[in-house]
Amino acid sequence: MKEETLNIKPMEAKNFRQFDLKKKFRFSEFIIQGSLFITGILSIFVTVMIVYELGKEALLFFTNPDVTLVKFLGTTKWQPGIGQYGIWALVSATLVTSAIAMLISLPLGLASAIYLSEYASERARSILKPVLEILAGIPTVVYGYFALLFVTPILKSIFGDELQVYNMLSAGLVMGIMILPVISSMSEDALHAVPRPLREGAFAMGATKLETSLQVVLPAALSGIGAAVIIGISRAVGETMIVAVASGAGPNFSFNPLEAAETMTGHIARISGGDLSYNSIDYTSLFAIALMLFLVTLVLNLISQWVVNKFREQYE
Amino acid sequence: MSNQQTDYPEGASFYSALRTRYRIAFIWQSLFLSALLIAIVALTALIYNVVDGAFGFIAYEYKKAPTQFTSTPINDLTQEELLVILKENLSSGAYNKLNDEQPMEERSQADLLNLFLERLVRIDTKGTWSMTDSLFRGDEIRAEVAEKYPDAILEFRSWLTPQFLVAPMSSRAEFAGVRTAILGSLWLVGIAILFALPVGTGAAVYLQEYAPKNWLTRVIQTNINNLAGVPSIVYGMLGLALFVRVLEPLTSGSMFGVTDSNGRTILAAGLTMGILVLPVMIINAQEAIKAVPDSLRQAAFGVGATRWQTVWHHVLPNALPGILTGSILALSRALGETAPLIVVGASTFISIDPDGPFSKFTALPIQIYQWTTRAQSEFHAIAAGAIIVLLVLLLTLNATAILLRNRFQRRW
Repeated sequence: MKEETLNIKPMEAKNFRQFDLKKKFRFSEFIIQGSLFITGILSIFVTVMIVYELGKEALLFFTNPDVTLVKFLGTTKWQPGIGQYGIWALVSATLVTSAIAMLISLPLGLASAIYLSEYASERARSILKPVLEILAGIPTVVYGYFALLFVTPILKSIFGDELQVYNMLSAGLVMGIMILPVISSMSEDALHAVPRPLREGAFAMGATKLETSLQVVLPAALSGIGAAVIIGISRAVGETMIVAVASGAGPNFSFNPLEAAETMTGHIARISGGDLSYNSIDYTSLFAIALMLFLVTLVLNLISQWVVNKFREQYE
Repeated sequence: MSNQQTDYPEGASFYSALRTRYRIAFIWQSLFLSALLIAIVALTALIYNVVDGAFGFIAYEYKKAPTQFTSTPINDLTQEELLVILKENLSSGAYNKLNDEQPMEERSQADLLNLFLERLVRIDTKGTWSMTDSLFRGDEIRAEVAEKYPDAILEFRSWLTPQFLVAPMSSRAEFAGVRTAILGSLWLVGIAILFALPVGTGAAVYLQEYAPKNWLTRVIQTNINNLAGVPSIVYGMLGLALFVRVLEPLTSGSMFGVTDSNGRTILAAGLTMGILVLPVMIINAQEAIKAVPDSLRQAAFGVGATRWQTVWHHVLPNALPGILTGSILALSRALGETAPLIVVGASTFISIDPDGPFSKFTALPIQIYQWTTRAQSEFHAIAAGAIIVLLVLLLTLNATAILLRNRFQRRW
């Protein structure tokens, strides 16, 4: 009886297609999905190319019999053309300018973030926020102009002749202003994400707004702020145009911010701007520097992501 | 209980402690606010500095008096008169070279007048002053110039003129313009967007709509976030190694029969820019696609649409304003980038317009960089002029993005 009913075909028209719930293979869908996958995987390809191309030339540099690790890390003069390979001459300037930039941008950025997130009224925010956004949108070469032709003359009137025309101080200060919006906007997002009940709890205990902000909200947002600081450092290390314009041409192992010195990025920009013959030691040395920059910023970015994920306070 | 709380102030001392706490709170609040004020002051100073540099007094002398060439006053010279003067006084070689760049008869009166001043009269700039100086110390400057250069003419000049926008590059600041630089920038940004918009949108669609939740997807996502943080100069080095050297047959155009160039072309630089903005583009497009509600997709699947039909007919049209806004913002980043262009090999001096993807190039930020690093103050003045042009371009782009967002943004 049961078999009979199953054998009855309700519609026996020849062109009726048996309804099939299995996912059908469609060729065009397959092609489209395939090409979308390729665009997605392309970003991996870019990273691989960066590592491969930079690594290839950097390897040529490091396998040069004249370049030894002792010379590279142990000396302080950089001029590959005449056999001086002391990377510290460039690293020192990067360290000094980045340190000055962070000294400026960290307190200012954090303070603005706290003000915008905790204190500012809706109206004040709508005026103050765009200022930071404009600062973030200004091309860095314009900051370079500003550093060389505005900040340096002002510093000159303060420090007098001790200050060289090109100097790390002015480049670092302006770089700090450039990074300020980065730190402030990332920190503000972190502060904003702290749930309201935490603040209300603090207020109910009789805490002032400042005590709430600094002792309750700030610690809760610390992971996001830490990530912001690390991103800020990575931006400072990789920044090129400000230092290329304002901090001087020519490697100089010095930690005196009043002196001129060339950073890793500034050096790449200056040397590659000229006519450079491929396969020369000057050419391959640039790739060694670029690879170092890439690895340093990569590690910083990874740490910042790790910090966010690891130390995020989970609410709810 | 009460034993544990004895060290908290009570009564009058409580209120005085409270007052102290409020005072400290007020001081800190002022400090927080002053950080923002410092940012505002810095922005104001920057804009003032640029505007200040772009206008001001200039003192110059004529190496040869204009009266040697003509009796009519300079500003009344017509196009025909100028043509005759130039033809008579320029060497035939120089005249033919200029004629090759652009036929002399087709040039405007302003253009010819500039040639006349640049080549024959030969202006010799003695000094320039900033706008503030010119406005407030005008008399001092006049006295100084009269004493040092008795023959010099002092006039208030705006370095940002319509002529500045359309004049090609020149080795003399007084006649230089940003025409080739603007055209170069447009070419670069155009190529970058042609590459990055489809690829970026494709990658975003893949990651949001297709990608399974597995390790590969996580690697791609992390990788994109990291690429967004790589310094732009590293992309420049990648462009130099990959596009300028390895792919030279493609980027120099020798594959297509172009013979007179090496790999340092608009195409190489444009592709470098495209790769540079790609991560930003993907992240923005992902945000836009994320904002499209799931109910739309489920409805499409419910009536039997395939995944691609759902994406093409429902997700993408709704995400389009967001994707476009994001790409305009990415575009404005490309417009201001300088470092990778220097590395890839922007030319320092070009006076002819770029005529295709295989020509040599310069760009607006490159010109600003070069003029800023020159020692003479008149080059700083035109650098300031070029910065204003660049900032106005960026402002227009961003305003467009904001308008687009406000016009088409939908709340679900």
